[in-house]
Amino acid sequence: MTMTTPPPVPTPDEPHENGIENRDVAGLSQGRIVLRRFLSHRGALVGMVVLALVAILAFSSIGVGNIPGWWKYAPGDRPAEFDAVNDRGGPTLGLPTWLGGSGLAWGDAPFGRDNLGRDIFARTMLGAQTSLIVMAIMGIVAAVMGIAVGALAGYYRGATDQVLMRFTDLVITFPLIVIGAVLGKMAGDSGVYVLALVLGLVVWTTLARLVRAEFLSLREREFVDAARVAGASDTRIILKHMLPNAMGPIIVNTTLLMSAAVLLEASLSYLGFGVKAPDISLGKMVSDYQSYFQTRPWLFWWPGAFIIVIALCVNFIGDGLRDAFDPRQRKIPSLRAMNRARLAQQESLTAATPALPTTADVAGVDVEKRRRDVGGDHRGGPGGANGPGGLT
Amino acid sequence: MVMFFVRRLLTSSLVVLVSTFVMYVLVSIAIDPLADLRTSTAPNKEQLIEQRRQLLQLDESVFHRYFDWLGGAAGCVVGQCDLGSNWKTNQQVTDLLSGAILTTLQLVSLATVLAILIGVFVGIVSALRQYSGFDYSITFVSFLLYSLPTFWVAVLLKQFLAIGFNDFLADPSIAWWFYVICVVLAGLTLMAALGGTAKNRLRNFAIAGGATLVVLLYVELTDFISNPTLGIVGVAVLSIGAAFCVTILSTGLSDRRSLYAALSVAGLGIVLYQPMRYFWYYAGASWPIVIGMGLLAVVVGGLVGFLWGGPDRSTVVRTAAFTAVPVALFLFLDRLFSTWDVYVNHVRIGGRPISTSGRRTPNFDGNFWMQTLDLFGHLLLPTLTLTLISFAAYTRYARASTLEVLNQDYIRTARAKGLTERTVIMRHAFRNALIPLASIVPVDIITLIGGAVITERIFGWRGMGFLFADSLNQNVIDPIMAYLLVVAILAVVANFVADLVYAVLDPRIRVNA
Repeated sequence: MTMTTPPPVPTPDEPHENGIENRDVAGLSQGRIVLRRFLSHRGALVGMVVLALVAILAFSSIGVGNIPGWWKYAPGDRPAEFDAVNDRGGPTLGLPTWLGGSGLAWGDAPFGRDNLGRDIFARTMLGAQTSLIVMAIMGIVAAVMGIAVGALAGYYRGATDQVLMRFTDLVITFPLIVIGAVLGKMAGDSGVYVLALVLGLVVWTTLARLVRAEFLSLREREFVDAARVAGASDTRIILKHMLPNAMGPIIVNTTLLMSAAVLLEASLSYLGFGVKAPDISLGKMVSDYQSYFQTRPWLFWWPGAFIIVIALCVNFIGDGLRDAFDPRQRKIPSLRAMNRARLAQQESLTAATPALPTTADVAGVDVEKRRRDVGGDHRGGPGGANGPGGLT
Repeated sequence: MVMFFVRRLLTSSLVVLVSTFVMYVLVSIAIDPLADLRTSTAPNKEQLIEQRRQLLQLDESVFHRYFDWLGGAAGCVVGQCDLGSNWKTNQQVTDLLSGAILTTLQLVSLATVLAILIGVFVGIVSALRQYSGFDYSITFVSFLLYSLPTFWVAVLLKQFLAIGFNDFLADPSIAWWFYVICVVLAGLTLMAALGGTAKNRLRNFAIAGGATLVVLLYVELTDFISNPTLGIVGVAVLSIGAAFCVTILSTGLSDRRSLYAALSVAGLGIVLYQPMRYFWYYAGASWPIVIGMGLLAVVVGGLVGFLWGGPDRSTVVRTAAFTAVPVALFLFLDRLFSTWDVYVNHVRIGGRPISTSGRRTPNFDGNFWMQTLDLFGHLLLPTLTLTLISFAAYTRYARASTLEVLNQDYIRTARAKGLTERTVIMRHAFRNALIPLASIVPVDIITLIGGAVITERIFGWRGMGFLFADSLNQNVIDPIMAYLLVVAILAVVANFVADLVYAVLDPRIRVNA
């Protein structure tokens, strides 16, 4: 083995202390590393794809504003040929035969019709649009607000910090749904955009605290001193030097906040303090149609399902982002995967140095491992836990 | 320390004062008490509007009205509360508030306790099996629960659980596929949660599946669903099982003294089975007595442990006292179940015990056990809704904090010393993993008194959340402000308690810093 003659430069085949890290991040920028970690998070990736599909479906089917979509009905349309007395308006969406349906079919009203004969597919799509728009606006408003408050408090400290943080405490005093209900009742009549804007003004508090903490530690770092010595203005230091370094927690928190925003809007609309009559939102649809649960269950299932899908996707994306930005909770390979990797490595090593006895079975590896553990081979011999196979 | 209290009290009062002021202004803008009159067709519309403006002092500035309200509220400090009244119904807000707080407490307390217990337990197991199939499933489930809108779950539960289960009760027969699903699910859960080698997994699967099958068969054969009773045998089996579980978690089975103490407590419970029935019969029952008996059971349990003694007296006492809780609970449940038959067939219940709305069946009266069953029947759905949703958050917290603790050096030291895995997990990891939770739980518990606005609305519990949402809908400001005042004070108190608890648990943190 290599124990007797340690090579001066470890070759790529040879694991050493932080073999994984080096190999994992060799020649990559911070952004690439984060992106790579994010893309290896399966849940986040699926969430991303599904959310994109939902957004495309919602916006392309019925169109946005005056731009028409590919679906034949608008949310308020009542098709003339619909017989509301004899036809309860069940969904015409057909399942494929292997799922027990009668063949894949879109039909005239895939999600069914409501008691007035309106097409639920078009309405659900409009509701999903509302949810997505509200989510985006709330996310942006809350991010801007949270970053501004947190950055100023953390950078200037002292009196500014006191004033801003006591203001934050003031907003935190009330549960989200309570202050949201009061503001929602105020702004609900002025349309979806105003509502989203106003609700964005209540959900920024955790972000502000987070950014403040981040800035408090960042402002003591050398590069901030260097920038100050070089004559950079406060604005420049905050925006150019500190903010990019605090971006990780900000992105993660904003994403999680957006999933809360979807549920907040839905809940407020359900209570009647959110989106008002001419506008449609998913929460309002559930609220409007809940009395039809017995007779027309599809009125209830579809909007609810879309709320869940949107919130779930955003949550998974947030989780993936957190894992990507915070390497402390890195994925640890399972015992089985490590054994397999160890085995493979053992085989390649024995192939390279045929003089060694073959220990290419699991029991042999275990013996090898115990020997190493007891003997305390600090350089991480052939069975080192840091083997490159650990990432599987 | 005193300075800390005084400073905290001053800043907190200021926060409450300013926040109530801001909310008063916001609520005044949000509500329109003249809304119904504006659209009225009464001939004397103008006069009515003028009357109401007079009544509500709408011509005065909002500041004037706020200080008017504040004057009344400030009376609470000296014991003369005047929080105004609901001008539509002429009810005093203080009366409304006290009723609402009681209702809310009844609604949320059980759900909170359950969510914390189950959430923390599942979160810790999930962390111990990090990146296993179990962990991934729990993560997915908790994300799913986290993304569920409360109102949607509640309506679903109402529909399927309440109506479905009531229908099922009328004709209880368990389908064969239900057996299969339950057995496989239980087996898989235990197998994944305990992990280990393939042989161990298979064994665990068999044990859990077999146990589930036995329970289901017992339920089917003894007609448990229409006539649930544990009986002395059921209480005995469950108590002894609980004694073993508590001992395994607390000291391990190798500590014979603890095991014998726990088993003695279980035996005591079994011996007391019949005398307790006489006790309830002659002494009657009420919540104070029941809770008192529960506490007494814990004390007696501790005493049994003390008598077993030994060199490690404190651990034996602890094990025995912990065992007393489930044993007492089984005795209580057994007594409660024996009323089931009478309750279900009561004329006001009519064989449909799971209720979907309200806090109690109207015009229903019976003895303590009947009332309790009635309360549980009404609590079931809202409790399930609240538990499902807050359970997810606790699981995530507990998982994260356990993972953090497990990576600490003292865990490695504990393992290196050769301590058993049980000791490392239960003594070193578990306790420290609870510290971050200690700063979250008091805030959650206390703010829950603010009510579960949506759950209360759906299930028709007239608690705090209902009071708030209803008054906001009706454009009545005084109840809203009383609600906000209570919530603001509770929030301040909760944060204070959380800080104190944290300081007590973690000596690195100093309160008077």
